[in-house]
Amino acid sequence: MLRTRVIPVLLLLDKGLVKTIKFSNPRYVGDPINAVKIFNEKEVDELILLNISPSRRETGIPLREITDIASEAFMPLGYGGGISTMKDVYAVFQSGFEKIILNTAAWRDRELVKMAVAEAGGQSVVVSIDAKKNIWGKYEVYVDGGRKSTGINPVDYAKEIEGLGVGEIFINSMDRDGTQLGYDEPLITSVAQHVQIPVVACGGAKGVEDFVKAVRCGASAVAAGSYFVFYGKHKAVLISYPDYGMLEEALTL
Amino acid sequence: MIGIIDYGMGNITSIKNMITYVGGDATIVSRPDDLRQMDKVIIPGVGAFDNGMKKLEDKGFVEVLNVIALEDHKPVLGICLGMQLITKKSDEGGLSGLGWLDAETYKMQNTQNGKALRIPHMGWNIVKVVKESPLLLGLTNESRFYFVHGYAVRCHHREDILSTCDYGGEVVAIVQKDNIYGVQFHPEKSHKFGMKLLYNFSQLAS
Repeated sequence: MLRTRVIPVLLLLDKGLVKTIKFSNPRYVGDPINAVKIFNEKEVDELILLNISPSRRETGIPLREITDIASEAFMPLGYGGGISTMKDVYAVFQSGFEKIILNTAAWRDRELVKMAVAEAGGQSVVVSIDAKKNIWGKYEVYVDGGRKSTGINPVDYAKEIEGLGVGEIFINSMDRDGTQLGYDEPLITSVAQHVQIPVVACGGAKGVEDFVKAVRCGASAVAAGSYFVFYGKHKAVLISYPDYGMLEEALTL
Repeated sequence: MIGIIDYGMGNITSIKNMITYVGGDATIVSRPDDLRQMDKVIIPGVGAFDNGMKKLEDKGFVEVLNVIALEDHKPVLGICLGMQLITKKSDEGGLSGLGWLDAETYKMQNTQNGKALRIPHMGWNIVKVVKESPLLLGLTNESRFYFVHGYAVRCHHREDILSTCDYGGEVVAIVQKDNIYGVQFHPEKSHKFGMKLLYNFSQLAS
């Protein structure tokens, strides 16, 4: 049977890779091409590149840069950040990525999601949901790089998104982002329970034991940022990926 | 030279990148006339069956593909949707497939023996070799490949199946009918395992 996918998430800001904490304080962690080469050598299951520049700088999609990044990668690749028209959708697929990740655009324009699904098939369209707990302890979906609340709860939103035919939901806990305090298990559980399509958990992973926990919550794949780029208690930048045998033992269904 | 058909479906750049990486020659072909000159052909594809068939038709590839596969007997490899297109038909649409393989494409069910199964089948799976073929040289039963599909192929003849994987039951992973090959997974996204397979394809006599 299938082993749970373990996915490094790289954040692109301008020309460099960064890692945030709770969506703030981007810290430079390296050059994207170099990082992708290393992850390629380590035979990672999949790689996600989230370009956080468009939501912060109102820039477009840096097609030349992401084409160069894709040419170094012989694993599944997803791209998100600034995709807002079908023209963008085509351009990202053309550049060598096989999954597009929609966040703010999916919220604003459900028709875009439907058109992307009709064109590329659901398996190539991922909707990413940034969720945060409000002061009353209820989860809310945020858009625009985590700056704008939508007032809707992630479960209702995930169900609606599933109905549009997307192949996968990427659920990211803003509260846990960069903290390495473990995944937001109630959030993952509630979303995974209410949809049939694969759910990718993100936000807070510190180690393989967190991956296992997310799987028990119903995640079909686990994603992380800090865990793959930082090492040790002083968080020195060092790219790593767990050994295949270790993941197989921990995560085979 | 391997011609990778560009009919607007799927991530063809990465197929070319990987073939080049393993020392093969591949080019992206957008015109049917150019396809005739190729030694081998790859039919890539991501997306819906009817959309794929319609685009092959509209761009005029169907006729030339039939000649290449059935008269010239050149090696042809269908990847993912490309493999489904060589079957006779699909649950996903109403159009006929290329029909080179006595098989059909069915919708995978999201329950299996009463247990929930997430569809699409998405991720790395171990592929079991059930029949030897030059395409599989050097690939063992430990080889894993990246799958993304919600429809799968049902062969009418067991001998057309080269390998299978397990996802809530047996799923056909690789097929061969003479010079015609199909893989349900994405070799171009499967690291060294995919490299091996695409290298083997590039070495087939044409």
